[in-house]
Amino acid sequence: MITYQIERRSGVATYMQIVLQTKQALRLGVLVPGDKLPTAKEVVETAAINPHTVLKAYRELEREGLVELQPGRGTFVRRGLGSTDAASQAPLREELTAWLRKAEEAGLDAEDAAALFDACRAEVYATADSPSQAGPTHP
Amino acid sequence: MYTEQFDPAAAGLVALEATGLGKRYRRGWALEECAFRLPAGRICGLVGPNGAGKSTLMSLATGVSGPSAGTLRVFGGDPRGGRARRQVGYLAQSKPLYPRLSVADTLRMGRELNGDSWDQGRAEAIVRGGDIPFHARAGSLSGGQRTRLALALCFGKRPRMLLLDEPMADLDPLVRHEMTGVLMAEAAESGTTVVMSTHTLPELEGVCDYLLVLAGGRVRLAGEADELAWAHSLVTGVLPAPGAASPLDGHTVVESTTSGRQFTAMVRRRGSLAPGPTWTVAEPSMEQLLLAYLRSPEASPLLTPSATPPAPTHLAAKDHAA
Repeated sequence: MITYQIERRSGVATYMQIVLQTKQALRLGVLVPGDKLPTAKEVVETAAINPHTVLKAYRELEREGLVELQPGRGTFVRRGLGSTDAASQAPLREELTAWLRKAEEAGLDAEDAAALFDACRAEVYATADSPSQAGPTHP
Repeated sequence: MYTEQFDPAAAGLVALEATGLGKRYRRGWALEECAFRLPAGRICGLVGPNGAGKSTLMSLATGVSGPSAGTLRVFGGDPRGGRARRQVGYLAQSKPLYPRLSVADTLRMGRELNGDSWDQGRAEAIVRGGDIPFHARAGSLSGGQRTRLALALCFGKRPRMLLLDEPMADLDPLVRHEMTGVLMAEAAESGTTVVMSTHTLPELEGVCDYLLVLAGGRVRLAGEADELAWAHSLVTGVLPAPGAASPLDGHTVVESTTSGRQFTAMVRRRGSLAPGPTWTVAEPSMEQLLLAYLRSPEASPLLTPSATPPAPTHLAAKDHAA
């Protein structure tokens, strides 16, 4: 079982915190296929958050194929998230390191580089964080 | 479990609907020309400064008093009618309990007052969740325990809508978190519509999915919390030179402040508003949005489609359906 730690003032939407923490648990192996996620009632009782938020998070996880909502039984993990495959990422890592070296030579400090990286990431990974793209906001 | 529950909002049920609603006391209009609707199954924050009309709205919704103008409907009916009164639970800020009654007797009173609709098991489960001894007198309980017992009385009634007036105001942060958890869990289990008034804006974040903001007896904002936030942007940047193009052009400015070269503005977007070379654009938090509207009573009100009552011509048809 997983317990969600909700930080109200983090600036990250509450449902997204649940999504991210579930994914983290899948990566770490805290959750494995077949595991049952806590019910909305169990989550809101400990986290003191809106029940719709939990359902929205679970629907998002279902949309991504990670969990399955079984009516009458609960929400179950369908597949894990492979912890990062270091071998296949090695070339990407090299390129990124090379880019960071160039950024440093060009006079960017760590924060400048991070800001630039964040801006580009936002462009490439048009986030699923907007209501229009995350499906209907309300059931 | 909640996911198996019939979803009242999806079924198009409306918990509260006001049209032209007004309430006048000797000192003047406490509510004036209020029009909004609250779909069933929502957890709605009722926000506004003192004297905004929050308590007046609650007293109208509980049927304690009647409107001076317009109508307020509770699940399609008159709140003063017997049916609506059975459907609505109300918890006053003072959490009135009989101090000399034991916890067990307090629940017995709830059963006797509510008859067949009373759910003793549910009320007892809420009390037990707080390890409150059933033989203890209500007057000897701590603030958190009193709130828990009062919530047990409310939920034992199995209301379709629960109105809470500043429910967490006198609780320490730990108990506040625990009570919010109890409230959310009960709402999750039964799909109860909850309306809670509060002065503590951060308390609403993550808890309320719907907002009703009153100021000066009028509705300022109403609708889904995330849609209201999404409709606005917080723009911060360098003050444009007089006559130069401004990132705010074409958008509705709710509130703007300048300090030196910097300006900060809460705007209601019309079309897209992209970050520029000398300004950044962010989505406001619920608290930032509420503060901006509370500080700017002259800003035009905003209601999302689900919070907008149908035009009067459709009223007859809708009433028939309800």
